[in-house]
Amino acid sequence: MISAHLLRDLTPQILGVLVRRGADFVAAEDAVQEALVEAVRGWREGAPDDPKGWLVTVAWRKFLDARRSASARALREVAVTREPPAGPAEHTDDTLLLLSRCCHPALTPASAIALTLRAVGGLTTAQIARAFLVPEATMAQRISRAKRTLAGQRFEEPGDARSVLRVLYLMFDQGFAGAGGKSRAAGDTDLAAEAIRLTRQLAASAPQDPEIVGLLALMLLHHARRAARFDASGDLVPLAAQDRSRWDTATIAEGVDLLQHALARDRLGEYQAQAAIAALHDDAASAEETDWPQILEWYDELAGIVAGNPVVALNRAVAVGHVDGPLAGLHLVEKLPADLPRRDAVAAYLHERAGDRAQAARLYTAAAEAATSMAEHAHLLKQAARLNQSGPSAPA
Amino acid sequence: MAKYLLLKHYRGGPDKHPNAEARMEQWTPEEITAHIEFMGKVADDLRERGEYVDSQALVPDGEFVRYGGEGKPPVTDGPFAETKDLIAGWMIIDVESKERAHEAAAYLSSAPGKDGKPLYEWLEVRPFMGDPSCVE
Repeated sequence: MISAHLLRDLTPQILGVLVRRGADFVAAEDAVQEALVEAVRGWREGAPDDPKGWLVTVAWRKFLDARRSASARALREVAVTREPPAGPAEHTDDTLLLLSRCCHPALTPASAIALTLRAVGGLTTAQIARAFLVPEATMAQRISRAKRTLAGQRFEEPGDARSVLRVLYLMFDQGFAGAGGKSRAAGDTDLAAEAIRLTRQLAASAPQDPEIVGLLALMLLHHARRAARFDASGDLVPLAAQDRSRWDTATIAEGVDLLQHALARDRLGEYQAQAAIAALHDDAASAEETDWPQILEWYDELAGIVAGNPVVALNRAVAVGHVDGPLAGLHLVEKLPADLPRRDAVAAYLHERAGDRAQAARLYTAAAEAATSMAEHAHLLKQAARLNQSGPSAPA
Repeated sequence: MAKYLLLKHYRGGPDKHPNAEARMEQWTPEEITAHIEFMGKVADDLRERGEYVDSQALVPDGEFVRYGGEGKPPVTDGPFAETKDLIAGWMIIDVESKERAHEAAAYLSSAPGKDGKPLYEWLEVRPFMGDPSCVE
């Protein structure tokens, strides 16, 4: 029997070897998939002594076969100029190189995430399909299309870490948003955990980039709260109402430690700033003890880094609402585009803090109608219901 | 076995039962929780009987869209006018008979609403087109 974990760990390593030997990324990915299929068939009686060496040999042969059938001339070139030297398997870490192929800016985020999960994450197409709640054939096509797009692109060495970080961030966000909802029952693939695993791998291979470490810290500082984000009946619990004893303190400690190391390099970026905000929330023993003035300072930093980002401006307005009062926060919200997601919910929250419960209820109702997830819809509806029930002067 | 679509409408369909008239934000938060838990229980019960296929809820926003002609962008009409029928979501079940489909729809329609009373909500029940039978 072959271990799924072993194959998952080996997949990106084999791919890395082929790409480093000069195989183009798309052809190499095809060859690795074919080698994996052969391994599943051939290793029933037990894996070879050197599974990595076996897979490299088979994948390289598959790659050469494909080249041979594609073009005899190309084959001669490959055989002459790219035949690998004999010797032990290489141990260079190719994580960033491979991730930058999968997260090429020409791909849509959804395609990049799918390709990353397969080529670097080592997941099967079926597992990825379950994570996205689409048929396997659909996911297979999405990955093929992504590879066709890549086939026509030029690559820089070693590739752009920014687009990689963005894709990993979106992968985490998607997994985090779905956790606890019905997607939990839908598959065995935890996208948030996969994103953390890949970012951890990337941080280990490029520890000199504080934004990579900052992103890992950000993910861990959010992931630490996952057990408290939904109550027993599956309802979304907002940060302020979460049972903080259910937060994962070991993960928080790791996130804070990573963040401090990243910040010490004195090259601030958006992920480090967001991680700092998450760390301040995680650090408060209760919602009342949240250090809002310091959070606001970090939002000011963040707003300076990603100037003009309305989502950051909206979250900053909440911090302003806590530091300078809800009316100051509302003043900022009113300047933001009316169709900005969660704008109504933030305005409702600030109106309630300012004592205008009727307006808060109206805005929570509007926010519920625009919600794009069941958990969020139910949560916002209940906020409106709570305000409508308890009348204009009752305490929250 | 035959598949049925149980459609829930935001608007449209026969007149509402008085129990279903209050808007959800006028219920108490506990009544909303009880309603959602009931819907989850219906799905679990159907799953246990081997009849559940899928259920999805839709965001109320939407538009009608059609072909705009050669080289032209799609034509849209919307958002939906207040008078138009509006689908809120669906459940798909795979059951032995039409009677059983109706029974499942009635169960779903008995979900509690304001003051914990059953909503008597109308659900549209539509059989799927199946495959041609090989047994004559």
